[in-house]
Amino acid sequence: MNTGVHTVSPVRLPGGGVVSRLACGVVQPILSRVVRRIARRHPSLFARLGPHQGTDFLIDPVDLPFALHLRPDPDALLFRAVPRDAVPQAGAVIRGRFLLLLELVDSEEDGDAAFFSRDLEVSGDTEAVVRLRNALDDVDGSIAEETAAMFGAPGRAVLARLRRAYTPEMERT
Amino acid sequence: MSLAELICPAGTPAALRTAVDAGADAVYCGFQDATNARNFPGLNFTPDELAEAVAYAHARGTKVLLALNTYPPAGKVDLWRQAADTAARLGVDAFIVADMGVADYIARTHPGVRLHLSVQAAASSPEAIRYYCAHFGVRRVVLPRILTIPEIRQIKREIPCEIETFIFGNHGLMVEGRCSLTNYLTGQSTNMDGVCSPASDVEYARHEDGSMSSQLAGFTIDRFGPEEKAGYPTICKGRYTAPHRPEGYYAFEEPVSLNLSRLLPELIDAGVHAFKIEGRQRSKSYVRGVVRAFRAAVDDIRAGRQANMADLVALTEGQKQTQGAFETKKWR
Repeated sequence: MNTGVHTVSPVRLPGGGVVSRLACGVVQPILSRVVRRIARRHPSLFARLGPHQGTDFLIDPVDLPFALHLRPDPDALLFRAVPRDAVPQAGAVIRGRFLLLLELVDSEEDGDAAFFSRDLEVSGDTEAVVRLRNALDDVDGSIAEETAAMFGAPGRAVLARLRRAYTPEMERT
Repeated sequence: MSLAELICPAGTPAALRTAVDAGADAVYCGFQDATNARNFPGLNFTPDELAEAVAYAHARGTKVLLALNTYPPAGKVDLWRQAADTAARLGVDAFIVADMGVADYIARTHPGVRLHLSVQAAASSPEAIRYYCAHFGVRRVVLPRILTIPEIRQIKREIPCEIETFIFGNHGLMVEGRCSLTNYLTGQSTNMDGVCSPASDVEYARHEDGSMSSQLAGFTIDRFGPEEKAGYPTICKGRYTAPHRPEGYYAFEEPVSLNLSRLLPELIDAGVHAFKIEGRQRSKSYVRGVVRAFRAAVDDIRAGRQANMADLVALTEGQKQTQGAFETKKWR
């Protein structure tokens, strides 16, 4: 457990312009595949979302050059990368460092603790955020590992490298 | 020595399995409705999920306790009765109740299932506890978090049932089972609807200077500085200004969590039978970390070793912890 070791980057990447749009184009096919697979493997997620299946969530990893737009409608799933200068009107916004967000999805970190430490920011419809959190928390296993496994050994290597990059040196053994 | 059972929170089926696997002696959970005091969006169990959860827990020697610890509004007791009937059929090991009518119904209809008296009943005297034992067959009382260890020891001598105390988690005391602060602002009741600061009425705002304010039903209840740790958006933990305190102050409670890890041997010696970890609204990560830590500590104490507790401060509200009234009545 790494609770509290991450802090929201004081310098937020601008996430607009050509670089951001290029990055969005690169990751979009992956995101579409990932979200379809998760929905297929964990259908009970949608029941816990209740009336917020149609809510637009903006997930903002402050250290990536783009934000993520999620609408968890089982009949019309949407998960796309968006440049920060073109984000849609969102019902709820969740903001933090990328690996923290990933660890929250996998329940490697506790959302309340990340909120208490101010590493995680939420705004907009709090009920929508709470429902999404509880829905994801009821998923057994690691969504990050599942996603990495979709891309075989290279995917797992990228995830491991990502985790190493975020782990403070003193915690590496 | 008491058994020092570890009673652990489960807000979802996955959290229940996490608690069982981390070493819980019993888990407590609730249905997706107003019959329990954590009636939060996206949380809790359907009857089918509870059936699977009971099977999973029982296969591993872990008990399942169902929280029916809210108070039915007049004329609406059927929801609580149906919940009790369903859970009894599914084989839960005990009901945690606060309302006398609910206790009476279960005692008459399901006499084979244990009754535990919820902290929401706020029974803190031997006389009150003996009344519940005599009239409803209550087998265990969850004591309010307002008693010192010597007081708990004295109560134990005078009651015919087991004692359970909270050892970790939320420390929002007020008068348990009688707090109407949320009702005052939102119209929803902590005690009857099971919602303290309903998420639908909570709003956070980040300001230009990096500070963050939390609002409930449009009323600002705290504003945290850029580097300041935050707490839950509950009125009892809010910070308010007053003519004599223009700088703002915590009028009721501070954002802080209970942590009695250092008092476990004394609590066992005082006759506490079971230790409760608060936090059905928390994640699997919290459940895993806290249950494992207290499992190891209780096992150490049972084996006569010094308990070497993991540091849990990162999981506490406001990243602060207290031993509250268990250490001294003057904890504030």
